[in-house]
Formats: sequence, C-alpha cells, structure tokens
Amino acid sequence: MAKYLLRAIALLYLLFLLILPVGLIVWQTFGDGLQNVIDALTSEEAIHAFQVTLQVAIWAVVLNTVFGVGVALLLTRTNFPGKRLLNALIDLPLAVSPVVVGLALILAYGRYSTVGGWLENAGIQVIFSIPGMVLATVFVSLPLVVRAIVPVLEEMGDDQEQAARTLGAGGWQTFRRITLPGIRSALGYGIVLCLARALGEYGAVAVVSGKVVGETQTLTLFVEERYLNYEVPAAFAAATVLALLAVGSLLLTTLLRPKDGN
Amino acid sequence: MMGFVGMVTRRILAGLAATALATAALAACGDSDSGSGSGDKAEVTLSLVAYSTPQAAYEALIKAFQKTDAGKNIKFKTSFGASGDQSRAVAAGLKADVVALSLEPDLTRLVTAGLVAEDWNSGPTKGFITDSVVVIATRKGNPKGLKTWDDLIKPGVEVITPNPFTSGGARWNILAAYGAKADVGKDKAAGLAYIDSLIGNVPVQDASARASLQTFTGGKGDAILSYENEAIFAQQHNQELDYTVPDSTILIENPIAVTKNSEHPAEAKAFLDFLYSEAGQKIFAQNGYRPTVSGVNTGVTFPTPSGLFTIKDLGGWSAVNKEFFDAKTGSIALIEAKHGVATVAASPSASPSK
Amino acid sequence: MSTPVLTQAGAPTGVPASARRRPRVGPGLGLGLAVLYLSLIVLFPLTVVAWKGVEGGAGAFWSAVTTPDSWAALKLTLGASALVAVINVVMGTLIAWVLVRDRFPGKALVDTLIDLPFALPTIVAGLVLLVLYGVKSPLHLNLAYTRAGVVIALLFVTLPFVVRTVQPVLQELDRDMEQAAFSLGAGPWLTFRRIILPNLVPAMVSGAGLAFTRAIAEFGSTVLLSGNLPFKTQVAAVNIFGRIESDDTASAAAVSTALLIVAFAVLIGLDLVQRWGSRRG
Repeated sequence: MAKYLLRAIALLYLLFLLILPVGLIVWQTFGDGLQNVIDALTSEEAIHAFQVTLQVAIWAVVLNTVFGVGVALLLTRTNFPGKRLLNALIDLPLAVSPVVVGLALILAYGRYSTVGGWLENAGIQVIFSIPGMVLATVFVSLPLVVRAIVPVLEEMGDDQEQAARTLGAGGWQTFRRITLPGIRSALGYGIVLCLARALGEYGAVAVVSGKVVGETQTLTLFVEERYLNYEVPAAFAAATVLALLAVGSLLLTTLLRPKDGN
Repeated sequence: MMGFVGMVTRRILAGLAATALATAALAACGDSDSGSGSGDKAEVTLSLVAYSTPQAAYEALIKAFQKTDAGKNIKFKTSFGASGDQSRAVAAGLKADVVALSLEPDLTRLVTAGLVAEDWNSGPTKGFITDSVVVIATRKGNPKGLKTWDDLIKPGVEVITPNPFTSGGARWNILAAYGAKADVGKDKAAGLAYIDSLIGNVPVQDASARASLQTFTGGKGDAILSYENEAIFAQQHNQELDYTVPDSTILIENPIAVTKNSEHPAEAKAFLDFLYSEAGQKIFAQNGYRPTVSGVNTGVTFPTPSGLFTIKDLGGWSAVNKEFFDAKTGSIALIEAKHGVATVAASPSASPSK
Repeated sequence: MSTPVLTQAGAPTGVPASARRRPRVGPGLGLGLAVLYLSLIVLFPLTVVAWKGVEGGAGAFWSAVTTPDSWAALKLTLGASALVAVINVVMGTLIAWVLVRDRFPGKALVDTLIDLPFALPTIVAGLVLLVLYGVKSPLHLNLAYTRAGVVIALLFVTLPFVVRTVQPVLQELDRDMEQAAFSLGAGPWLTFRRIILPNLVPAMVSGAGLAFTRAIAEFGSTVLLSGNLPFKTQVAAVNIFGRIESDDTASAAAVSTALLIVAFAVLIGLDLVQRWGSRRG
C-alpha cells in the first residue's frame, strides 16, 4: 500500500511541476503542424546557433568532466589542509547569478582588464567570442560532475582500490579497472546533467557572447530573440530541440551502460 | 593510492594542456573566419550593435541599404539586446561600427569610455535617428475606457509598466506620466503625487519593456504604458490591443552613432546617411518609429499631441537620473519603497494573493 | 601533450608502466591543478567582483546591502531558496526512491525527463510555467505575480539536484542490510530510518546544497513568474541587475558578495552536517 502511495505522490508532483510544463512546450511546438517547426529550425541563424551551442557545450562538458573526476578523487581519497574549503568552494559557482557571472568574467578577462589586455595582445579574444562563452558555461556547470560522483565514491570505499594497489596495479590501471566501473553510472549522470545545464545556459552566456547573430548567438539566445519578436513557434521549436538533445544524451548513457556490470 | 591520484592528475594536466592549445586554435580559427569571410577585397563587414525593439526595422533597412550603390559591397553583423546591456558590452570591448541605443545615457556611457566622439550629437537631428512617444495601450476596444493619465489612477485599474530600475527604457514611461502631471516639471509635488497613485495600481513590474508587453498580452492588467512603436509592432504581429496617445506625453529620442574605433568609418557613415535619408526614415516609419528628419515624406502620419515635451524640459537625463532614479535617495525609489513596505504589511507572505 | 612524452623518452613501455615506477607525489600536483582551474574560472573573476563590492569600505558595502529594496530582495531570495531546498530534500528523495525501488509502466520515461529543467532555457521555463499557473491558467491555479510563483519557478529549475544525487547512492546501496533488518522484525519505516537514511544523508545534503545555491542565483524563470515587484516579489538577482543597469557596479558587486557569503556559509554548514551524517552512517 505504502508503495502505491509513494508512487502516487511522486508522480503527481512530477505531473504538475515537470510533465505538464514540458508537455505544453511540445504541444505549442507541434500544435500548428510540422511545417512551422521545420521552417524555424532550418533557417541559417538557427542552424548556426545550434552549432555554436554544441561547440560550447561539448567544451564545457569535457573540461568539467576531467576536472570533476580529479576533484572528486581528491576529495574522497586524499587528505590535505583546506580540503573542506575546497569542498565548499566547488558549489559556489551555482550561487552566482548569471548576470554577475557575466560581469565577473568581463571585469576579469575583458579587453580593458589587465589579464584581458595581455590576452588581447597575444591575439586571443576571450570575451565576446567562443572562449568567453565556454568559460561562462564551465563556470555555471562546474559542480555538477563532482557532486554526482562524490557520494558514490564515498559509498564505494577504497578497499578494492587498496587491494588492487597491493597486487601491484598502477594508478591508471586501478582507476580504469576498479574506480571507473564503480562510478560509471554516476559519472554518466553527472555528464548528462552538465551537458543539459550547458545547453540551457542563458544569462551568463548572454552577457559575454555579445549576441552577434550568426556568430556568437547560441540556441538559447536564439530562443529569446525569436520570442521577443513574437515568433513564439520558432522559440518553442528551438526549445524543444534543446530538450530533445538533453533527453537523447540521457538515453544514450542509459543504453551505453553495461548490463552485466555491477 | 597516492600514485594513482598523481597519475590521474597527470592525465588531467595533459588534457588541460591539450584543451588550452585547442582553445587558442579555436580563437584563432574564429578570427580567420571573420577575416576571410568576404574573399572579395571591396567587401566590408560592418558590426551593428543595437537595442532590441527596432530589430525588424534594421533588418529591413540593411536589405534596402545593400540595394543602393553606397551599400552594395557592405555586409552586416548584427547584435540586438537590451539597450543598457548593449551599451555596456560595447564599453567592455564588443566590436561595433555603429551603435543604436534606446536612450541617451547609454550613448553617453560610450562617450565617457572614449568610444564615441564627443560631437556625436552635433548633427541636424542632434544624433537622434528615430522618435517615439509614450502611449497608453489597452485591451481591444478599450472596455474600461482608459484614455487619459487620470483614468489610470482610478481604483481597481491595473496598469503594467516595467521596473524603471532594471529597464532604462522604462524610465521614459515614468517620466511621461510625471511630466504630464507636473506641468512639465513646474509642479514637482503634483507629479510625484500622481506617480505615487500610479505605482499603487501597478501589480507587475517586468524587467524590460518587451517583457511587460508580453505580460499584458498574456492577460494581466487593464492598461500598459508603452512606446508607440512597441504598440504598433505588437499590432503588426497580431497581438490584440488598442492604444491612445495622451494629450501630454514625452518625446522618446533614440540616439545612434559611429564609433571612434570603427575600422570602416566611411562605410559606417554611409549607412547612417542612408538611415537619415527619406528611404531610410520611411522604413523606420513603417515599423512604427517617428522620423527625426523634418520634411521627409514617409507616407505614415503620426498624431502630434498638444502637450508634447522632451527630456530637456525636465532637466536632462543626468539631472533626472539623479533626482528620480538614485537607488537610495531618488524620488521614485522612495515611492517604490513606500508601496513595497505597505503591501508587505497589508498582505503577509503567509497569504499570497489568489 | 608533447611535454609528458619528452620526459618519458627513455621509457620503452606505455604510460601505466612509467606510472608504476613513478614516486608517489601525493595530492600535491592534482590539488595544484584543481585549484588552478578553479581559480582561473571561478575565484579570480569572483574576487574581482568582491573587490568592487568592498572597495568603498565596509560602510559602503553595508549601506549597499541594506538599501531597503536590496534588503527585501535578499530576504525573499534566501527564504524562498531555503524553502525550496527543504521541499527538494523530501520530494527529491521520494522521487529517487520511486525511480530506483518501484516498477511501473513509463518509469524509464519519467526517469529521463528529470533532467529537462536544466536543458530548457530559463526563459522558456518561465514562459510555460506562466501559461500553466498564470492569469489564464487552464488548471485554475493562478500563482503568477506572487511569492508562491517564485517558489514554483525555483522548484522547477532545481528539480534534478536531489533526485540525481540520491538516485545513484540508492542504486549502489547493498540490500543485504535491509533484508537482515527485515528478518529481524524491523518494519519498513524503521528499516528506512535506521539502515537506508544514514547512507542517503550525504547525498541528500549535497543535493539540497546545490538546489539552494542554484535557487539564490536564479534569474530568468523567476523574473517572468514573480512579476518583479520591488519589496514583494523581486528576487536578488533582478535587484543586482537593476544596480548594473543604473551603472552602480559597486552596489551590484556588494549585493552579490553578500549573497555569496551567505551561500558559502551555508555550504560550509552543509559540509559539517554531511560529515556528521557520514560518520554516523
């Protein structure tokens, strides 16, 4: 009985908070027929925005995955002074409003800042170009991979890793054979979460991108632009693409997960 | 154990080095893209950084300009966003040859930053490319008969206007209402008393002008303070609303300028000349903007209110911003505070309004 | 990539072999890199902002934070975020439990949808929530332009956090202990509280911390749904934006710094709880 009650509560909550809103997006997108969607998504601007979004998101995910795994191992497998400080600092980026992220990055790496000036002289433009947008996206999605795998690493303990070490396995081998299989599903979630956040990021990227149409405009910026010009179908179509990308990547990790592995 | 972490970190190091290199390559790649985009030597790319509302107008204007001799080989990169955001972005290094903004302080910021010449406003139109006025927009057919400023402060009337602190453009609305009721700044007390009553009737203060129009078309409120061009744009996009130009209202003036660091100043100047030409002003007019060049035949007539005043009549932007919109001491900030505290006391958060 | 190859030029075998011979370096190198990465992307930019906020001295900082509208916005934001974190702990854990332990048709679909709030641009999230719970609500639930609207928007954007942190732990959890408890006569609630819950606490706290920090910074979805009325429904992120719009970067930085300090204190506090939880577990 309790089982059905829990199920009912969980599903009702999700119905009102998640399924109805998402259903509404899909309905708004496809309500007027498929042709609108195709027109909206095959415009030159939309295709370019899609490419920019993917480029930025993939960079952010790769960087944060490498960083995330490294930091999660540091936090769970080693001891060092300031560990708790580091642990608290990891989550801090989420607490920064997107507008402030943009402001901070411009103040730090903009053309008229000290560091930004050096980079400019070296021929690298950070702000108002792709690197700045990657930076902003990495910033907002930084904790996600770490937080997804730390609980599992803690739960798993390091007995098996110790055993492998004793048996003469190298660091990389231990990681690949023992640690990685243990955290695989959690790491998959973390990566998808990070990817989803990177795809959907709006505020911080809006500030550092310069919103140049056909150059630094991402799909979320495209959504906003279309919406503000009363082209709601195009806005919703692009939003649906973002949602499908996230769902698709999630399904992919679910499918790739080995069935026999435990 | 430790060696294993060390190993992993070594991998991370290698990865980071690779990504850093690749990022640099990426940046370089982006540069070469913009450089070699044309191929033809005579082709020039201008960057237009503009506020968001005239996007449709500029898209049409660029097409028309490219059909003229002067604009034949000129390509455009465009960026549209909130006026303040765009101005700050250019000040922070966003490449721009032409900047078109919603209100003068956003352009003054670029003059202060040394990016726009001090004499930008010396031309016959004082640097303004388009005009508009603040209007009262209502539901189709105006069921509540809201036509004057006084109608808006009647009890039970809900008025939508954006938050003047998060939207620079929204300050036009507040100043229109203030100026109209303060006898163009002569009777400050009357003007502020009116704003006080008006704010009492405002249930939503969106962060931008377009967002508040969306709130209104979404069903909230009986009237909305908007710009004439916004109301026309909404009507052109099948949004159901009517609007009235009040007898006394403020003239909205939108500045434009070529930047000092433009790599193609001659072409940028040619674009501006086109915007000021009869053909250019006509396209603006078709998109709801009033022409600033006198004597051009746009084929569109805009009603001239009897009591039209400008920001200069109220003392100019810097005086007005200090007096009304300072976050701590500004008259409007104090009025907002008064209402905010009163509302919170009257309806505790435990019982949010239905 | 070239540097590591150069240093290993003498080693005939691949990387694992050289790793085996390498002296243990401890967390030093990895830590250094992690801190460098964190510094470049997060700490340096944030320090620049914080510096702007306190440049004018403690008095100016305090006066910016306690300006009535900023103060009201901070209080609303922190209160709503705390509430959202608590609701998330309960509902998120419950959802994770149902997703891991229950079986019903369509479960895989529900599981897949959980992450969606993340991938949707916040403006779209705000938009659809406004259609569902706004003036013309088809559900006759008009929550728009109230504080309840702020909470709904925040619940939507923070939904995945607790679910996604608790879910993997539940999956990895050894069920032998539960079965042992059952066979010793413990009821389901007692088993949950004594055996399962202690294992979940670190993940729950971690997820709640993420949800809280995400909530205090949220901008796009709340601004549409809240109505952005100063003193009543204006959240801190919008208030900060207003300061930037007024060219008052110092005040904007001060209010953001205040928010950061609170977030940081909460994160440290959660870390303590987490330690306490895992020690008990």
